[in-house]
Amino acid sequence: MAQYAVLIYAQDSAHAPDATPEDTESCNRHSDELVEGGSMVMAFALTPRDMATSISGDAITDGPFVDSKEIVAGFYVIEAPHLDAALEIARLNPVVRDGGGVEIRPVHSSYIRSDKQAAE
Amino acid sequence: MTDVAAVEAAITDAHRSDWAGMLAATVRVARDLDLAEECVQEAYASAMRSWVDTGIPDKPAAWLTTAAKRRAIDAIRHDRALRSRLPLLLEPEEALEEATMQELSHGFAEDPRGAVPDDRLRLIFTCCHPALAQEAQVALTLRLVCGVPAPDIARAFLVSETTMAARITRAKKKISTARIPYRVPRPAELPDRLRAVLAVIHLLFTAGHTAPSGASLVRPELVDRAIRLARMLGQLMPDEVEVRGLLALLLATDARRATRVDSDGRLLQLKDQDRSQWDRAALAEADDIILGCLRSGPPGRYVLQAAIASLYAQAPSYEQTDWPQIVALYDKLLDVWPSPVVAINRVVPLAMVAGPETALAELGKLERDGRLSGYQYLPAVKADLLTRLGRTRQAAAAYQQALALAANETERAFLTAQIAKGRAPND
Repeated sequence: MAQYAVLIYAQDSAHAPDATPEDTESCNRHSDELVEGGSMVMAFALTPRDMATSISGDAITDGPFVDSKEIVAGFYVIEAPHLDAALEIARLNPVVRDGGGVEIRPVHSSYIRSDKQAAE
Repeated sequence: MTDVAAVEAAITDAHRSDWAGMLAATVRVARDLDLAEECVQEAYASAMRSWVDTGIPDKPAAWLTTAAKRRAIDAIRHDRALRSRLPLLLEPEEALEEATMQELSHGFAEDPRGAVPDDRLRLIFTCCHPALAQEAQVALTLRLVCGVPAPDIARAFLVSETTMAARITRAKKKISTARIPYRVPRPAELPDRLRAVLAVIHLLFTAGHTAPSGASLVRPELVDRAIRLARMLGQLMPDEVEVRGLLALLLATDARRATRVDSDGRLLQLKDQDRSQWDRAALAEADDIILGCLRSGPPGRYVLQAAIASLYAQAPSYEQTDWPQIVALYDKLLDVWPSPVVAINRVVPLAMVAGPETALAELGKLERDGRLSGYQYLPAVKADLLTRLGRTRQAAAAYQQALALAANETERAFLTAQIAKGRAPND
């Protein structure tokens, strides 16, 4: 099995600070499905573009790093035996049929702090 | 001792007819494209040495495949880590290795290469995976499926050897890093994935039929590779109508190869070509295939294109071409494949049916559409229509536009001659 990161590209993230459960329902439902299916390794929903701050060199600016129509609205990591299987899972993301899209990248390595380390 | 020339001929022959099957069967064992390629190449080198001493074996392809597989097994035994890093195949490794060992000790069952029929298909679908850029798909197909050395591919596409080598290396790296599987797509994915394979073969053919640049109009080696690939795919997927349609299209188009330029290498238009020199056998084969395809349901893009090419070729003379039927076929083609390039090609027979004025109006629409602003055949067709209407000054301007977009020397010479011809009576 290999891990693939799925980057979600959309005009904006549905996960605003004051988002209602209805706003995020379709994203969450899809995420739940992947968790139940056993392919989800980790997932992060990001806040909208207005919340983004970028740094390049000495300059700090308001907004996403790349000024484009779509931004990375979130990302998750799935486990799949090969690229075709990963693509099959990733294309189920509702954003694909909703004007946005996803980018799939093989994961090289990862680190997540465990709860034990956090407590120390 | 066997004659060196005879050995060389046998090896060339095996390379041409069996490379894909040999590599595909070796990939099964090597589980890695690079290693498999190396092993197959070494097998050829060792054949050169040992066949001179021992004579050419009865089944050269089987001999070579066995030699390549043995090398792959040796290499894997020496480096087990390599194998776990590059899991190209989906079958459990142990079962595979056992089957291979049995094959090697007991000889081959029905297929002399010991390849399951799917192996070459797996190779083709891996090379033409949509996760690879199309130029990489083309390069990989030539390198891995046809066995063309990378420097030759570089020459065919007029890029430096370094660029081509880097392109192939990058593609192979993506195959192993992203784990592009070595398999035939499932039925649900097949239509899309097959379209990509057919597009690569068609692109190879067109790059050979009218070389994108350079001195000669045709690159016969690319044309022949494309036709051989289409033939092989047709044998491997006999139920796919569009595969047969593509083969028919390539055969019917290439049948005119000998007559597309005159003895001085100058481009000849369809109406000026010597029809008695067309390859009748190829046209008959194409025609047979097309009729078979048309019987098996509504025709797709390649079957329709083949039918058009074949209908053009059937006419005893240019004037006797069945123009209304050709326009009707183009209309059908536009239904299944609404491409502006097809729309331009339709303008040519339309001019014969409805007159150059109507055709010119149609072309004007396509010009305003803007999608084909860099397409040299748009101003070329326009220039031809304007010439027929006697609007020579405008025709010359259109020929100039086409010339500015053309990179093939033969086509440039043709366009330059047209400009000169238009100028002569007026000046």
